[in-house]
Amino acid sequence: MLKIKDLHASVEGKGILKGINLEVGAGEVHAIMGPNGSGKSTLASVIAGNETYEVTAGDIFLDGESIEDFSPEERAHNGVFLSFQYPVEIPGVSVTNFMKTAINESRKAKGIEDMPAKDMLKLIREKSELLEIDRKFLSRSLNEGFSGGEKKRNEIFQMAMLEPKLAILDETDSGLDIDALRIVANGVNKLKSKDNAVVVITHYQRLLEYIVPDFVHVLYNGKIVKSGTKELAMELEEKGYDWIKQEAAV
Amino acid sequence: MAYTEQELKKELETKEYEYGFYTDIESDTFPIGLSEEIVIAISKKKNEPKWMTDWRVEAYRVWEKMKEPEWANVRYQKPDFQAISYYSAPKKADPNKKLEDVDPELLEMYKKLGISIDEQKKLQNVAVDIVVDSVSVATTFKKTLAEKGIIFMPISEAIQEYPELVRKYMGTVVPTTDNFYAALNSAVFTDGSFCYIPKGVRCPMELSTYFRINQAGTGQFERTLVVADEGSYVSYLEGCTAPSRDENQLHAAVVELIAMDDAEIKYSTVQNWFPGNKEGKGGVYNFVTKRAICEKNAKVSWTQVETGSAVTWKYPSCILKGDNSIGEFYSIAVTNNYQQADTGTKMIHLGKNTRSTIISKGISAGKSQNSYRGLVQVSSRADNARNFSQCDSLLMGNECGAHTFPYIEAKNKSAMIEHEATTSKIGEDQIFYCNQRGIDTEKAIALIVNGFSKEVLNKLPMEFAVEAQKLLEISLEGSVG
Ligand SMILES: Nc1ncnc2c1ncn2[C@@H]1O[C@H](COP(=O)(O)OP(=O)(O)OP(=O)(O)O)[C@@H](O)[C@H]1O
Ligand SMILES: [Mg+2]
Repeated sequence: MLKIKDLHASVEGKGILKGINLEVGAGEVHAIMGPNGSGKSTLASVIAGNETYEVTAGDIFLDGESIEDFSPEERAHNGVFLSFQYPVEIPGVSVTNFMKTAINESRKAKGIEDMPAKDMLKLIREKSELLEIDRKFLSRSLNEGFSGGEKKRNEIFQMAMLEPKLAILDETDSGLDIDALRIVANGVNKLKSKDNAVVVITHYQRLLEYIVPDFVHVLYNGKIVKSGTKELAMELEEKGYDWIKQEAAV
Repeated sequence: MAYTEQELKKELETKEYEYGFYTDIESDTFPIGLSEEIVIAISKKKNEPKWMTDWRVEAYRVWEKMKEPEWANVRYQKPDFQAISYYSAPKKADPNKKLEDVDPELLEMYKKLGISIDEQKKLQNVAVDIVVDSVSVATTFKKTLAEKGIIFMPISEAIQEYPELVRKYMGTVVPTTDNFYAALNSAVFTDGSFCYIPKGVRCPMELSTYFRINQAGTGQFERTLVVADEGSYVSYLEGCTAPSRDENQLHAAVVELIAMDDAEIKYSTVQNWFPGNKEGKGGVYNFVTKRAICEKNAKVSWTQVETGSAVTWKYPSCILKGDNSIGEFYSIAVTNNYQQADTGTKMIHLGKNTRSTIISKGISAGKSQNSYRGLVQVSSRADNARNFSQCDSLLMGNECGAHTFPYIEAKNKSAMIEHEATTSKIGEDQIFYCNQRGIDTEKAIALIVNGFSKEVLNKLPMEFAVEAQKLLEISLEGSVG
């Protein structure tokens, strides 16, 4: 489904991604771990098409097609979803209105008419129940004054609403309390199918106990320096990153 | 294939002013120029009584001695007042005709304006008075209103039919000597609307006037007078458009509102005069004087969405004369390309326990300049006066400007005046966040701007709010990149 080939990206002339290779198949869950500043969020942003970062070499393919020339919204229309590490506030725009716009814009891009209000309401009800979100919450301005955990839960609510093909969750677990983590992870698991894929970026083994990865990758200094199965995550939790850094230095 | 930023920008730039068509209707236009003779001729053309003619002439004499104001934060080529025609009427229009008799081309024009009268009648419960160039063309719903004793008609008709009412109130809120444009308007106003709500009557529908400048080289000087008698209520809407033209068209209106004891007037404006092209050529000069007087326990709310005009100079104000009276001003002013707006309000607290609220949202894009100018004045007699002002500016790009000029004059120690101001920019991270959810940049900006303006949009009547939202979107098209 997703194939990344020798991806290099930089910002203001400074190289951040230095040759990423990654393949994610339909139905799979991949975890990306790695020390602070190694480039995890940058990779997520580049996949989503953020133009702040310049792709200097390599390419990204979605279902075999290069998405190099796709705008961020076109990538979204093609099923790419990013749960932001730092969700952005949009004052005066309610969660509901934002979602309505997002869904209808994607439909418009596909030549489908707006979702009837009745269906929209049903969808909102269903998904907010899935993530145990109070309906009152949905009339509030997007992310404005939300607590850290509320923001993250709201990201997954949006994911549930948009039903993406490829979901990238950037540190969705940080900021969530223990109960919320379970609820959010359950939500993600319920949305999983053989046709979609999930990439979770995390620092903690805990999330991976709920969302069990098929593969774990370690990103360090702009490169994937080690890949393995879920046992690798356990090893990292135990030993930290020093041994990886040493290995990479060799 | 994806659009490149460049392609996107280019496509957006070619989007044109939506109302930029010109309807070819035969019209009866005066030669250009202004003199006492012209003023008298206008009055004669309209069959006015002598007192009206004298009033105009007096105003003209005052105007002659006045200077165009220069204190506003706007720069423009001063209009040549001798190069304008002061009267232009669509020839086939006759206010006494039934709708069926109206020139089909005119009706077609209304359709293009999106104000098909039939539709309005059926759907919106709105009574519309339409002023094209200088003359009222059709007034709907007259009968329904008449049953309640409500008078809603072109001011030229009201001068004929209710001279004593008009004479009693006209110029009492905005005297002829008030300012340069008000004096000019008093001398040459050709039409506008008059509205009277009798004691204790709640007007059952929104009253609406639609203004349009059609003819080239004409000025539009309409005059609106709304009188809400004791304990009455009325909501009044005003919308404006003009075709795209290279030269600058002049619009100098006067609006006077009188809210007697316990009365309430809501006055909403959506102003979409031609803003000029993207190089700053053409566009309407919008120099408007709007003022309300509130008697005891009365309330006046001004709500305006200003997206058009090359230059806007406008300060809808409230004189809070009566005790416990309330004045409100809710404004969204959008400027793009080379537009300049200097707008705001004056809240004059004279009575005790008077309250005023000012919410101003300025949105600047392109190379435009957007200024808020507001005065809160509390007289020595006005015990316990309260004011809350909030002025928020949203900037798009680095070439535009937002300015805030709040003036506060409090002569009573018990006054409580609060002023808050913020300036923000639409962040790239906000845009990317929207993009990532499948919302393109244009739509994202509209969404963010609508969110920013929400407190004011919420004050508009339903049908108008939708239109205003669309208008915000249209006005900011091409401001991306
Ligand atoms: N817009 C930017 N401008 C300048 N530097 C940037 C920018 N974005 C990222 N960087 C730098 O690139 C490097 C990688 O950042 P990134 O956010 O991808 O790290 P991360 O792996 O997600 O870290 P964390 O675990 O702390 O979230 C960091 O050194 C960061 O400072
Ligand atoms: Mg990160």
